[in-house]
Amino acid sequence: MVEFALPKNSKITGGKTWPKPAGATDVREFRVYRWNPDDGKNPSVDTYYVDTNDCGPMVLDGLIWIKNHIDPSLTFRRSCREGVCGSCAMNIDGQNTLACTRSMHDVKDGAVKINPLPHQPVVKDLVPDLTNFYAQYASVEPWLKTTSPTPQKEWRQSHEDREKLDGLYECILCACCSTSCPSYWWNSDRYLGPAALLQANRWVSDSRDEATGERLDNLEDPFRLYRCHTIMNCAKACPKGLNPAEAIAELKLKMVERQI
Amino acid sequence: MSTADTPKRSMRTPLGRVRSLGAAHSGTSDFWRQRITAVAMTLLMIPVLVIIMMLLGRNQAGAAQILSSLPVALILLLFIIASAWHMKIGMQVVIEDYVHNEKLKLISIMLNNFFSIAVALASTYAILKLSSGV
Repeated sequence: MVEFALPKNSKITGGKTWPKPAGATDVREFRVYRWNPDDGKNPSVDTYYVDTNDCGPMVLDGLIWIKNHIDPSLTFRRSCREGVCGSCAMNIDGQNTLACTRSMHDVKDGAVKINPLPHQPVVKDLVPDLTNFYAQYASVEPWLKTTSPTPQKEWRQSHEDREKLDGLYECILCACCSTSCPSYWWNSDRYLGPAALLQANRWVSDSRDEATGERLDNLEDPFRLYRCHTIMNCAKACPKGLNPAEAIAELKLKMVERQI
Repeated sequence: MSTADTPKRSMRTPLGRVRSLGAAHSGTSDFWRQRITAVAMTLLMIPVLVIIMMLLGRNQAGAAQILSSLPVALILLLFIIASAWHMKIGMQVVIEDYVHNEKLKLISIMLNNFFSIAVALASTYAILKLSSGV
C-alpha cells in the first residue's frame, strides 16, 4: 500500500542550532536536513545562520558558505552553479528546484528550509540515491536508432522538424519533476516518471529516428506511461521551465493515433 | 522507498529491475475508453437530468409511461453503460495506484469488475422492465 507515514528510521528528530557568525550584520537562517548513514541516528534538521554580506545571493551560495565557514561535514551535490548540470536539485521551501538558480531572497518568511528531493533513498544529507531514476532514463534508450545506411556526412533534419524538439532537448535530468510527482512516489518501481517520459518523447519526436514504433511499444503499459494523471507538479517544479506533462500527453496522443 | 543502507532484496541490476517483465502493450484502450465515456456522459448529462425531473413525484405507472418512449429509454441506457464503464476504469486506476500487494490488487480489480457489471445490469434490467411496461 501507499506509505503515508515515514519509516521509523526516517523520522526527523531534533537538530543542532549552530552559533550565529560573529560580527555579521545581516544573517539569514537556513534549516537543513541532515542524515549520516554512519552514526545510526535518525535524520535531523540543523539550523545555520549565513552572513549574507559575505556570500552570493543564491541558496547554493549559502550552502557553500555554510560548508566553508561553519560545518564542513554538510554534504550536497553541486557542479556548474548556473543551472546547466542539474546536480544541486533539492527541495527548497517546499519546492523541488536547483539551489544554484533559486535566490535565497525569493524564499519569503523566515528560514530557508532545505530538504533532499522527496521520496528517494538518501545517501547522506542532501544527496539522494538516483540509481532507479538513471536506470529509467537508460530504459528509454536515449540515442538515435536507425536502420537505413548511415549517410556520408550527417543525418539531415528540416528546420521545422528540429523545432519539434524544442521544450524537450533542454532537459538536464535534475529529477526535480519526477520526485515531485505523487504517481512517481507511489509507483516509481513501475512508472517511468515525467523526466524519463519527456526524454522518451524527445526521441519519439525526432524526425531522424527510425525506431518510433518500437519506442512507443516499449512505453505502452498501464504503469510505465499511464500512471500519469496530469497532476502537473512536474511542470510546476521544472527549473528549466519545461512541461513534462505536455510531453506525456503527446505520447498518449501518439498511442491513440496509431490505433484509430 | 527505503534508505540507501537497507540491504537490497535482489542483486538484479537497476536496468533489469526497471525493464522487469517488459511493457504490457496495453493501456491505450482503457485510456481511450475513459475519454469516450467521459464525453458521452457530458453530452447525456442534460437529457438525463431532464428525464429525472420529469420522473419526480410520479408513481410507477407514470414513470413507465415516460420510459416507454424509445428516445428516453435509449438515453438512460446509454448513460448507464457509459457511467458504469467509466466507473470501472476509474476505480481500477485508483486500485492500481494505491494497492501494491499483488493478491489484494487482483482481488480488488476482480470485485471492481463484478460490482460495475452488477450495477450496469441491474440498472439496465430496471429500465427495460419499466419501459416495456411488464
